[in-house]
Amino acid sequence: MIEVTNLSKYFGDVAAVADISFRVESGQILGFLGPNGAGKTTTMRILTCFLPPSSGSARVAGHDVVEESMQVRRKIGYMPEHPPLYNDMTVRSYLGFVARIKGVGGAQLKSAVDVTMERVALTEVENTIIGHLSKGYRQRVGLAQALVHDPPVLILDEPTVGLDPKQIIEIRQLIKGLGGDHTVILSTHILPEVSMTCERIVIINNGKLAGEGTPESLTAQLREADSLLAEIGGPRAAVRAVLEQVGGVLQVTSDGDGDGDDAGPGTYTITTRPGTDVREALARAVVEHGFALRQLRPLDMSLEDIYLRLTTEEASVRDA
Amino acid sequence: MRNMIAVYAKEMRSYFVSPVAYVIAGVFLFLSGYLFRNILMQFNQWCLIYAQRAQMMNMSGMPSLNLNELVVTEFFAVMDFIWLLVIPMLTMRLFAEEKKTGTIELLLTSPVSTVQLLLGKFLACLSLYAMIVALTLVYFGILELYGSPDWGPIFSGYLGYLLLGGAFISVGILGSALTENQIVAVLVSFGMLLLLWLIDWSASFAGPTSAKILKYLSFIEHLQDFQRGVIDTKDVVFYLSFIFFSLFVTSRVIESRRWRR
Repeated sequence: MIEVTNLSKYFGDVAAVADISFRVESGQILGFLGPNGAGKTTTMRILTCFLPPSSGSARVAGHDVVEESMQVRRKIGYMPEHPPLYNDMTVRSYLGFVARIKGVGGAQLKSAVDVTMERVALTEVENTIIGHLSKGYRQRVGLAQALVHDPPVLILDEPTVGLDPKQIIEIRQLIKGLGGDHTVILSTHILPEVSMTCERIVIINNGKLAGEGTPESLTAQLREADSLLAEIGGPRAAVRAVLEQVGGVLQVTSDGDGDGDDAGPGTYTITTRPGTDVREALARAVVEHGFALRQLRPLDMSLEDIYLRLTTEEASVRDA
Repeated sequence: MRNMIAVYAKEMRSYFVSPVAYVIAGVFLFLSGYLFRNILMQFNQWCLIYAQRAQMMNMSGMPSLNLNELVVTEFFAVMDFIWLLVIPMLTMRLFAEEKKTGTIELLLTSPVSTVQLLLGKFLACLSLYAMIVALTLVYFGILELYGSPDWGPIFSGYLGYLLLGGAFISVGILGSALTENQIVAVLVSFGMLLLLWLIDWSASFAGPTSAKILKYLSFIEHLQDFQRGVIDTKDVVFYLSFIFFSLFVTSRVIESRRWRR
């Protein structure tokens, strides 16, 4: 449904997006993950025909964003980072205007607006002037304008920014419900959002692709080393020394390092050589030295770790 | 067409739900009413002096003073200067505000062509202008009550006004499309309009050919025929081609974001 091939965008000499390629299948929800300033918005603006690419190409629903911009624009619903609202209009008249310029015909216009307002729970404020709405409602109107003409492709730029937790959950559920019928690209810098709503993830950082795959495959891809989490009672330095002696252990870090309280129980993250299970050896070593083993479990790499890892690795490569 | 109407309706709505239309109409009508009153008083004075002189010189059967020449034309001449000041304020928000608030992102990612967008906005502004200008017809109704003005030149004068307004608005929209700051938009459009207004002044110091060109470009030059009751295709073509040209430049400005790779 969406095909991005070697896409680059330069502003002057600065590359906002550099040589990105990815695909989104029909009906899929793609999470577009990256820190602020990574190039998410620029990529989305290219996909919505707002900006032209410097090189490379992007196709939406089979149409090229540069050559067949009108066809692409007919097929997409776009929610920019700052919802494009007219503060002097009421919610109903605003959605009516958007539906009209998106090509919704006279007969279906009213029902399209009604259905959309129902969908994002705006019916109660339909005659309120947008300028008087709270941030949460404004965000919902922004989402409504992307949905009103029921486009096959939805491009949502940080749709949950500035909402309270309850609203965030509502919006996420709504977006999740859009998958299947709609192809969705959702950008965010909030990780749980992606793991909760998206089937596939593209991570970008500094304009470059830093990782791509399902949440599971990304986790697997990054498991070059296994880690364990251990909670052990005893003097930290001594415990650490013992842990480091066990065969297969690469690195040990502990939580409360340097806080002066050396005696209390500490939490240790133990990185081990991949494919080796050192849990039994570890447990034995700890007990043999007279420390109290309170907890020992394998640490799965969360998406958060992947994200941090991918983006910081990029940074260290660049700094070197 | 449907897109253009949607944009047109949105712009009209926004003029009338904000105080903009009312304030501009109010200020304009107050100023033009004040000027019209003064022109009338002046005409009255001239009539008195004229009548006294005629009596003193004992000349009967002298032609009476021309109401159209001394009131109607005079009034039109001051009205266009007020519009020169007011129109940039009508047009300043048309694109600058969309850029500032980010709604331009909605418009340019919707299946609306630049021409539809531009024409919708242009026609909305022109209609508001025409409505306010039409209200000044009341003044000539007052003339009709007490005298007998010739309505031909009045109507052709209004046609000239519609064309002049279109030209002013097209320049104002260009100014608005160039920036996202409304104050900059006003100043740029005002500067361009004033330059076009005064362009024939430099004609007096230019060579014969350039003098002709400069005179041709002047806004007032082409308005005078209309106010005398002459509808000359040359003048109509001038205004229409001017409007076309500046709207064309504006559309290029808006689309330029699509070529800047």
